[in-house]
Amino acid sequence: MSETLLIRGGLLIDPAQRIEEPRDLLIRNGSIAEVAKPGTLKGADKVIQVKNLVVAPGFVDLHAHLREPGQSHKETIATGTAAAAAGGFTSVCAMPNTAPVNDSPAITRWMRDPERGAVVNVFPIAAATVGSAGEKLSDYRELVAEGAVAVSDDGRPILDDNIMRDALSAAARLGIPVIQHAEDTRLTKGSPMNLGATSFRLGLRGQPREAEWKIVERDVRLAHETKAALHVAHISTLEGLDLVRMGRKAGARVTAEVCPHHFLFTEENCTDYDTRYKMNPPLRTAADREAMLQGLLDGTVDAIATDHAPHALYEKEVEFDRAMYGITGLEVAFAAAVTELHRRRKAPLSRVIELLTTNPARIVNLEGRGTLAKGSIADITLIDPKARWKYDVRKTRSKSRNCPYDGMEFHGKVVATIVGGRVVYEG
Amino acid sequence: MPAKPRSLLGIEPLSSRQILDFLASARKMNPARPSNKLRGRRVALLFYENSTRTRVSFEIAAKALGASTVVIHTSSSSAEKGESLKDTGLTLRSIVDAIVVRHPSSGSPNLLARILDIPIINAGDGMHEHPSQALLDAFTILQHKKTLKGLKIVTVGDIFHSRVARSDAILFSRLGAQLTLCGPEILLPDAAAQLGPGIRIERDMDKAVAGADVVMMLRVQQERLSGMKINVDEYVSQYQLTAARMRLAKKNAIIMHPGPMIRGMELTDEVADSPQSVVLEQVLNGVKVRMAILAALLGGKR
Repeated sequence: MSETLLIRGGLLIDPAQRIEEPRDLLIRNGSIAEVAKPGTLKGADKVIQVKNLVVAPGFVDLHAHLREPGQSHKETIATGTAAAAAGGFTSVCAMPNTAPVNDSPAITRWMRDPERGAVVNVFPIAAATVGSAGEKLSDYRELVAEGAVAVSDDGRPILDDNIMRDALSAAARLGIPVIQHAEDTRLTKGSPMNLGATSFRLGLRGQPREAEWKIVERDVRLAHETKAALHVAHISTLEGLDLVRMGRKAGARVTAEVCPHHFLFTEENCTDYDTRYKMNPPLRTAADREAMLQGLLDGTVDAIATDHAPHALYEKEVEFDRAMYGITGLEVAFAAAVTELHRRRKAPLSRVIELLTTNPARIVNLEGRGTLAKGSIADITLIDPKARWKYDVRKTRSKSRNCPYDGMEFHGKVVATIVGGRVVYEG
Repeated sequence: MPAKPRSLLGIEPLSSRQILDFLASARKMNPARPSNKLRGRRVALLFYENSTRTRVSFEIAAKALGASTVVIHTSSSSAEKGESLKDTGLTLRSIVDAIVVRHPSSGSPNLLARILDIPIINAGDGMHEHPSQALLDAFTILQHKKTLKGLKIVTVGDIFHSRVARSDAILFSRLGAQLTLCGPEILLPDAAAQLGPGIRIERDMDKAVAGADVVMMLRVQQERLSGMKINVDEYVSQYQLTAARMRLAKKNAIIMHPGPMIRGMELTDEVADSPQSVVLEQVLNGVKVRMAILAALLGGKR
């Protein structure tokens, strides 16, 4: 006899089924056994009463740095996934820029080993090239067999046209996307922020916008040519987003994600050399921020991803040009999206949820996830969309605290996170 | 911004009132007549980059006010052993009352000021600011001209790599001068015009210098070019201050240079040694202005 769990009294928002109605959910064997009108399901072993809460599919993060193997002073798979659970994420795609780089079936397997103590699902994104050196493709077939859901050389983008074309073709044969961090690193050496009047005033070298969009332009063209799936990571320039929009219209299989910091902040946040605002891609202009918001609202952007990038204090509390890139973000991404997109920009809550669930799950082909249809896996996030709260980074579950959201007030709180029918977080 | 700043991180955070206060105070300073105003106070001169004139200037200024100084060069400090700026700052905090810092990274003084509760004085950070130099430049101009308001100032040369140019531009425009920046695009991006209101960019040096009250020349910072290529012959022909070009400026125009000067590159010997040059006055004024800065930030209640 397997144990059953009934989630009763909530408002189900499941964009995949286009449902936004009061529904009760019965969970059996870690799967959704029944979805029914309120009060019609009876006789579960355990009941969770969720009056005034939204029941949503568990969030899927396409872009996190869990830092294992090799950088456990910043984060471990256990601490990173604990932070993910607190942020409502039930699945996290882990980037391969670990030490060593995850370019092998052995590391992919190691990351998925229960010994790592993950509290949510971890889906490795394997390195697209050996050592992420951009020269020789890694063995995608073996990597996928061990559970890799995509390939990427995040942080060390593939610049060579032929290698990128080969990567797309090889990935397409296996039905996985190539995720590209679009940055022509030949144009961005030693440039810790966006290039413009602000970087000039601060005396910092700047990353030109074309360093991003020219790679997006090339990648979209190659994706079109190879009929492969390209996913553009953490897009940040309005030109880049326009290229995604046009490429898709022309028939290319291209998707894109935006990080909360790129729709909340601008380069002006760097004015006091606060390294919590140093990330890559850098914070851009107000016009870029507006374009990201528009893209999120009009459907050009497919997913919100965190680019959760934990670093130790000693790696961040240094001169701006010497600080590591990146911020933590798993715990606040949802609240940031509710606050900015839903409350300020009046996007329906279902759109916010779609950006965090259905869409990202589809991009990396997570079978049975990103929806709460009958028969799917019981990865569920319970949300209070109206709750107001203040983020306190001292209480973070992450090992690191490099986070500009500290002290910020948000709307929308994760109340509980359920992975495979098991409650892994209660707020 | 409080009426009296605790640190001097740049010109940018200063109001025009605060700038004028520093200048007024500098006028009362006399390095040749030492005072006891800062007796018993200890000032660390933390230099991560080579400097002669700024370091010596701050040192003489501090001593003229009765303070004791300790000079820390990277070559002799823990930085070479890998100590972070934060830890160096924390260590110094327990033994000195203020830190004058020069550092190759823009914003380093901001980092120190965030961590420490003693005055931090920016003596030049990366390509960002060099506020004491801008104050002494303004001080020097005001010894020759009644006011900065409406004054035609032209700065020529490597603006991109120059922290002096940034501090000067912000200060001059804040006090109402008509500032023209002149140089090739690679050393003077259009974004420079946004440093302050009324800043103009002119690529043609003859046009830029025409009718100027003040001509400020800057050195090409070869050490910061990082891959950029400058054709020296071309640069000299287009942007060198020659006697002929100087004749396009007002008759009583002055020539300035924050040093170090490269004769034969940004200016000719003839111009450097002409009676219109106030370069050596700048050096003397530097001590007065730095006395005013130290007195303002370290003086008063303990």
